[in-house]
Amino acid sequence: MRYLMQKVVFFLVSLWAAMTLNFVLPRMLPGNPALAMFAKFQGQLNPEALRALKLEFGFSNQPVWLQYLNYLKNMLTLHWGLSYTYFPTPVLTVIEHSLPWTLGLVGITTLIAVVLGTILGIYIAWRRNGILDTTLPVSTMFLQAMPYFWTGTLLLFLFAFRYHWFPLGHAYSPNVMPGWNTPFVMSVLRHSILPAITIFLGSASGWIIGMRNNMINTLGEDYVVFAEAKGVSNWRLMTRYAARNAILPQITSFALAMGLIVSGSILTEEVFSYPGIGFQLTNAVLSQDLPLIQSAFLIIAVAVLLVNILVDFLYIRLDPRVGTRGGVK
Amino acid sequence: MARQYEPIASAPSTPAKSPTHPPSRLKSLSRIMVSSRKSTVGVIIFLFFVLMALFAPLVAPYSPTSTAFSANLSPSFAHLFGTTAQGQDIFSQFVYGARTTLLVGLGAGLLATVLSLLIGITAGYRGGWIDTILNFLSNIFLVLPGLALLILIESYVHQSSPAFNGLIIGLTGWAWGARVFRSQTMTLAQRDFITAAKLSGASNLRIMVSEIMPNMTSIIASNIMYACLAAILAESGLAFLGLENVNSVSWGTMLYWASQGDAMLTGAWWWFVPPGLGIALVGLSLVLMNYAMDQLTNPRLRELSRRQRRMPHA
Repeated sequence: MRYLMQKVVFFLVSLWAAMTLNFVLPRMLPGNPALAMFAKFQGQLNPEALRALKLEFGFSNQPVWLQYLNYLKNMLTLHWGLSYTYFPTPVLTVIEHSLPWTLGLVGITTLIAVVLGTILGIYIAWRRNGILDTTLPVSTMFLQAMPYFWTGTLLLFLFAFRYHWFPLGHAYSPNVMPGWNTPFVMSVLRHSILPAITIFLGSASGWIIGMRNNMINTLGEDYVVFAEAKGVSNWRLMTRYAARNAILPQITSFALAMGLIVSGSILTEEVFSYPGIGFQLTNAVLSQDLPLIQSAFLIIAVAVLLVNILVDFLYIRLDPRVGTRGGVK
Repeated sequence: MARQYEPIASAPSTPAKSPTHPPSRLKSLSRIMVSSRKSTVGVIIFLFFVLMALFAPLVAPYSPTSTAFSANLSPSFAHLFGTTAQGQDIFSQFVYGARTTLLVGLGAGLLATVLSLLIGITAGYRGGWIDTILNFLSNIFLVLPGLALLILIESYVHQSSPAFNGLIIGLTGWAWGARVFRSQTMTLAQRDFITAAKLSGASNLRIMVSEIMPNMTSIIASNIMYACLAAILAESGLAFLGLENVNSVSWGTMLYWASQGDAMLTGAWWWFVPPGLGIALVGLSLVLMNYAMDQLTNPRLRELSRRQRRMPHA
């Protein structure tokens, strides 16, 4: 129970830290860039709307601590203001429209990468020094050292421009009606394949190599050696004895890798003009859309934090030692 | 960008014999580096790019910013990698871009490692409330999505210089290293030689610097490599998004201009292939060099590989 409490407290403090960063950053830098951004939109918004926006983001003549409290309250109650770029659409609506794309793309791809990577890792550790074991880690590491946006660019160039197998970008073709109909679903799938491959190539290496190392560690444990001596079948030895225990550290890496995957997906979305949250964040920065910048950052941070806390909860179920240890250092 | 994974264990074709009395640190380091084929290849690739960056003015035939040439030329002897839509020589840009990218990446990686050492060793050695606070801080930095945070900072600083980007990448990228150093320090701090140093009256600072740090050299080296890799990827990512001064010459900005100049529509693959390949090769060289470090850091994996060979499972 204490472990759970610690995790919840950590979640809340990190959330607070992310929101505070949003508040402090524009005030910390010289010349208050946030106010400059507001000034830029002076002509486009009517003064009332601009004043309301500033108040929502805590820019007023009040003392700083009061501005801060107001800001926190607005963030927590989802009063995130209006987007400049999509004026007068509320930022919340923009987020609502882009979040599902990212969740779908990144979520499904990551799931595939984890499952496939783990299986491959188990296999190459089992066939240590085999052909796959000597080639796969190095080749996937090269893929991992490739920047996501470059992998994406190459795929796009080859398979969309040269061979026209896939569309050039966006999430679905403008000719289909969004909804649960076959043409739309097929269009979404077709548009998501290249970005998905990009994210998969960038992240699979970690799962393969991580699992391989864990497997090699557990394969050397005495209980595995004993089981082999006892005559347990190879398949059973590999899956039930070794892999089962080697998977645990993978789950910890999952929580940590989430931040990296999200970073990669921001770049991937930019390459493919995929209308997810990362695409919105980059565009908001380029068009100086302060409310959207802040909210997009917050929602990305919250998503990563949520995955982390879910993994922590899952871990208790999988590894009973964790919950009973009392405190975790 | 995968500093979170345990470095891979290489199965050394010729197991590195650790000399009982290493002649000198530098000599033993170079011996380790060439001990396996993988790390040797890594060293060669890395040195190649470092030398190219160092001698950029000699290697590059033209100025990287000169727009004196015809635009959109395909590769030829005069222009090895062709020219950009603005009429710049891509090969010269590539050579000079290596300078910026390597300098920023290595600088930011070193800065991040120094910060992680400071924070990690202090937290692990001092313990108590100092540890609680520092550890909490590193955990927060660990879960906040790095690139999103960098983009957020960039949104308030327009067209920042590559050096500034290196600075913020270093300042935000220390968390993983700090965590590794902290746990390593915690195990070291209980060893006898630390107690002996304490009894002989050595100050805390002295123990941290001259007793603990030398005992994790290989972990530090491995961390530097991963931190540099992460920094290079982050810097080029920012530059690609157009958040770095677009007039600077780095591999990231080259890719930015390639996408702005519709290199893809015109089929000018020679514009966007070299800079990306450069990033990937430098990254690969860092990962490969890390193989050598693993032989020191992870003797357990090495030992197992021998046992494994005696008793193959498959």
